Amino acid sequence: MINIYQVAFKNLLRKKTRSALTIVGIALSAWVLVSLFGFNNGYEHSLNRDIDNLGYQMIVTAKGCPYEAATLMLKGGTGLRYLKENLTNEIIKNREVEKITPMLMQVVLDPNKGESGGLAAFLGVDPATYPAMKSFLKFQEGGWFKPDSQKEVVLGYEAAELEQREVGDIYLIPEKNIELKVTGILKRTGTQDDGTIFVPIKTLQQAFGKTGQVTGIGIKVSKDADIARFEDKMYNLPDVQVVSLIQVKQTILNLVGTAKVMVLSIAIIAIVIALLGVINTVLMSVLERYQEIGILKSIGAMPLDIFRMVWTETLILCGIGSLVGIVLALLLAQISDLMIRRIIPYAPSGVLVQVDLSLMMFTLLVMVLIGLLGGIYPAWRAANIRPLEAIRAEGE
Amino acid sequence: MAIIKVKELTRNYQRGAETVRAVNNVSLEVETSDFLVIHGASGSGKSTLLNLLGCLDNPDGGEITVSGREIFKPGMKLSEGTLTKIRRENFGYIFQKFYLIPTLTVFENIVLPGVFYCKDCKEKVLARANQLLAELGIDKRRDHLPGEISGGEMQRVGIARALVNNPAILLADEPTGNLDSKRANEIGEILTKLNRENKKTIIMVTHNQDLAKLASRKIELSDGQIIFPPCPGQSKIVHNQSTFL
Ligand SMILES: Nc1ncnc2c1ncn2[C@@H]1O[C@H](COP(=O)(O)OP(=O)(O)OP(=O)(O)O)[C@@H](O)[C@H]1O
Ligand SMILES: [Mg+2]
Repeated sequence: MINIYQVAFKNLLRKKTRSALTIVGIALSAWVLVSLFGFNNGYEHSLNRDIDNLGYQMIVTAKGCPYEAATLMLKGGTGLRYLKENLTNEIIKNREVEKITPMLMQVVLDPNKGESGGLAAFLGVDPATYPAMKSFLKFQEGGWFKPDSQKEVVLGYEAAELEQREVGDIYLIPEKNIELKVTGILKRTGTQDDGTIFVPIKTLQQAFGKTGQVTGIGIKVSKDADIARFEDKMYNLPDVQVVSLIQVKQTILNLVGTAKVMVLSIAIIAIVIALLGVINTVLMSVLERYQEIGILKSIGAMPLDIFRMVWTETLILCGIGSLVGIVLALLLAQISDLMIRRIIPYAPSGVLVQVDLSLMMFTLLVMVLIGLLGGIYPAWRAANIRPLEAIRAEGE
Repeated sequence: MAIIKVKELTRNYQRGAETVRAVNNVSLEVETSDFLVIHGASGSGKSTLLNLLGCLDNPDGGEITVSGREIFKPGMKLSEGTLTKIRRENFGYIFQKFYLIPTLTVFENIVLPGVFYCKDCKEKVLARANQLLAELGIDKRRDHLPGEISGGEMQRVGIARALVNNPAILLADEPTGNLDSKRANEIGEILTKLNRENKKTIIMVTHNQDLAKLASRKIELSDGQIIFPPCPGQSKIVHNQSTFL
């Protein structure tokens, strides 16, 4: 036997265009909602992964603007000031330190690159400690230089492409006349490592006359360490500044927070519009069926039956709409990603909008709750239609 | 036994400053298995009285008792829910404009009262719906939508819907008002059969003289008052004595 929910569903088929438009409205706001929640999920996750990919959570540099240092790490720029390499020995005494690696960054204008010359970014790394710290780096070809090697080089993916080198080829540091043998080419990482030319730190120091000097010391803090206290300790070292990625992350998250508020307001507006659309649609259909609902009441429907019937209609609209919206969000995740990348200040390399099952369920729940809320008024109006009002209108 | 009993029933409507007494001090007893026709000029209060008898409307004064249960009396007002229960347990309504739900099939329309209230149980409602389809000659239209069938068939569906919960009383306000005379006569035959064979109490408002002839009793209203039969004592009459035939 037909039930009241089927009656409700069949009624929505009466005005197909109107129901479809309402569903589209709900679908759009569900899409915005899923993408927003997905962003909330994915962004911090990707940011954390980016930070993990650096291998170190803290970097000690010479005093200067902290944002410059942050950029140095995240974007691979230059703001070069120097520290004494033997500072490493002092820092490693702290028990919070799990691993430590000295780095020397050098940037040269290579006149042979492109039409007007290009920048070549060198990172002098310690063959003994750096590969262990960045163990997640994968090679396209070859591998790291041997721990005691001097005249070897590892190229980032893009650097290798630009220089057109393969493993076994010779690479020449521009204007220094130092020949290095390519031992490995990294896979693409999506970070600044792609454009970097990795050279044993001793070789780079000699080539640029920076013996005993470094531009940064990367520190991997042990898991259970009190990072804030350790940071304070580092600050007490003379002429040193500490950039903790925990800080950088916080700064970025604060900036992104503002963007999030904006997206959230858009989501709320979208939801309110969809909600008004639902109320309007269902209320119109109730008023159009004034007589019919009166007849239903005269053939035995209790006010609660009518309330349930109309409420179900709202629920069906919201349910179908949000399902469509969620599917839309899944299909168009990349587009949302691109859109969000345009408005936020710093976008990590990974997936920004991460939609998972629990998120979809949550959105569905939110939309259904909104539907239940929006359905109350039309359903209440319908439940209160008196049977006689329909019949009285008969003669007119 | 009187299945419906009304005493000094009054229903007023406010039209601007003027009060219209649509039903004015009407007393009436409807016996079980009566076929009562309410007759009268347009605006005489027939529909208003029928709606009061069917508990679809509240009177301004007087008393109504249905199947021994007091529905209205001065100082008493039942809730909408209680009234709904009384209506669905006792009455089946047949409308001039049929009021079938256009999105539901003939069969779904017929079982609709059972969706809200099952006097017996779902199986019985389904069985009775199938039986009614056959009895009323619309079994071939079972899965059609109302828009696809004729007016006469629509009213048969309307009658089947009114009967599916097996009510004791059928109320019909101009049931043939939208039908030609041939279809109207067929509906008349169906109603007579229901009254004679199934012992249904029928109260019908009609202008159709042929249909009125089928009644076992008639009353005539004028300005909200019963003018025929002249006094309540003579309310039981044989139909060929009626003044309007
Ligand atoms: N809702 C209403 N508001 C105001 N006046 C009403 C209302 N319903 C009915 N009336 C008036 O009450 C009187 C009786 O109306 P009713 O509909 O009962 O007449 P009727 O005998 O059924 O007429 P008809 O044969 O045209 O259907 C009429 O004067 C009508 O105008
Ligand atoms: Mg009338």
